[in-house]
Amino acid sequence: AAPLQAGKSPFSTDEKLTSREDVTSYNNFYEFGTGKDDPAAKAKSLKTSPWTVKVDGMVGKPAEFAVEDLIKSSALEERIYRMRCVEGWSMVIPWVGFPLADLIKRVEPLGSAKYVAFETAYRPEEMPGMDTLFPVLEWPYVEGLRLDEAMNPLTILAVGLYGETLPNQNGAPIRLVVPWKYGFKGIKSITRISFVDKQPPTSWNKQAPSEYGFYANVNPSVDHPRWSQATERRIGEGGLFVKRRPTLMFNGYAEQVASLYTGMDLRKLY
Amino acid sequence: MAGRASAPGAKGLALPHVPKILVYIIGFVPAVWLFYAGIMDQLGADPMRYLEQALGLWALRFLVATLAITPLRQLFNINLLRYRRAIGLLAFYYAALHLITYLVLDQGLDGAAIVADIVKRPYITIGMATFVILVPLAVTSNNAAIRRMGGQAWAKLHKLVYVAAIGAVLHYILVVKSWPLEPLIYAAIVAVLLGYRLFRSLVKKPSPRRRTA
Repeated sequence: AAPLQAGKSPFSTDEKLTSREDVTSYNNFYEFGTGKDDPAAKAKSLKTSPWTVKVDGMVGKPAEFAVEDLIKSSALEERIYRMRCVEGWSMVIPWVGFPLADLIKRVEPLGSAKYVAFETAYRPEEMPGMDTLFPVLEWPYVEGLRLDEAMNPLTILAVGLYGETLPNQNGAPIRLVVPWKYGFKGIKSITRISFVDKQPPTSWNKQAPSEYGFYANVNPSVDHPRWSQATERRIGEGGLFVKRRPTLMFNGYAEQVASLYTGMDLRKLY
Repeated sequence: MAGRASAPGAKGLALPHVPKILVYIIGFVPAVWLFYAGIMDQLGADPMRYLEQALGLWALRFLVATLAITPLRQLFNINLLRYRRAIGLLAFYYAALHLITYLVLDQGLDGAAIVADIVKRPYITIGMATFVILVPLAVTSNNAAIRRMGGQAWAKLHKLVYVAAIGAVLHYILVVKSWPLEPLIYAAIVAVLLGYRLFRSLVKKPSPRRRTA
């Protein structure tokens, strides 16, 4: 991991950081296996340099960006965000990245573009979790945002954490971070970003549509069909005797994002 | 759960007789290690969840082991009947520790949240029901209970272990996201162990032991 220079951001929380050890050893990245420790153990095999992100679809200036150029040409910021996993645990992570909106402006989306679709690398030979008898998900991993969600200043493309480039298990070299949504929306190791006019398919929604919606906004009042979302465990807090804390609407980012969903029934559009 | 361990004429390989207390001592090693490692903060980033899941998994493993004892004897002539009660009780003790961890450490004895979980979450409903089924089996896992109930009634009651095994694997499958391999492997093992009994009961209708003529 190489050091990264990053400015401070007013969007950062001052909550206590989850330790770097926990942030980099307790991960969901099913391309490397379903165990929480699989990504840290197996993601070294992913070659993250050189790496390009193809931006295409309904844009005036489609382009391929080398991640190192994106890092050089962007004003990197540290964004200390809460991260809430759909499984009921949470962390506070000091990401380093830049607003997705910056990249979107560079490619000049057409008026017809309504959604942004993302795709993770498809490299079974470097990603051992993809090469299993029964695939746990349909590969490659895909995610999506509505264009206004993608343009929200909270939405970032992260290239680092704890002041250094991303470890592979956290989605190197570039990943999405959308702090008011469940963690699985934060697609890792992105190779392609497409602008489209229809709601794009998303991996977990395809796997179990009744359990994972397209929006996946953190919402304590809409339970996952199999478990409650009312509370969460903050990783690294209290050890064996961790106390659950109430989950906040939009993961505590309601002030910045609630207006995106005015008039929507969030029980149906979960 | 418990076997008539001292049944005379038990056939099978001449296995060394291990004192049953040793089965309990070895059986409790994972639990002691888990609690010790948990207190020493050696269970990773999410120690409560690790402890909860590991205890549940050990309960399932011991449950599977009790179900394996009859086929082992009938198919491979390996007789471990005298340990079945201990292994079955270990399954119960681990299930109890798993439940206590959920109630105390996971939910912090929040009655409302626990009741909501039991009523609304299928995997918790099934898990609780499975534990409730194990209670009478554990309580009657002693010679006095067998005498009091009579062998036939006792054996009938203990067939509930089949239901418990199905409940345990369902509970496991429903708690995970997607379809990872491990819970499916346990489900397959339980299916084989129960399927074997079903097959045998269909094929060998009259019990050979009853043929007296």
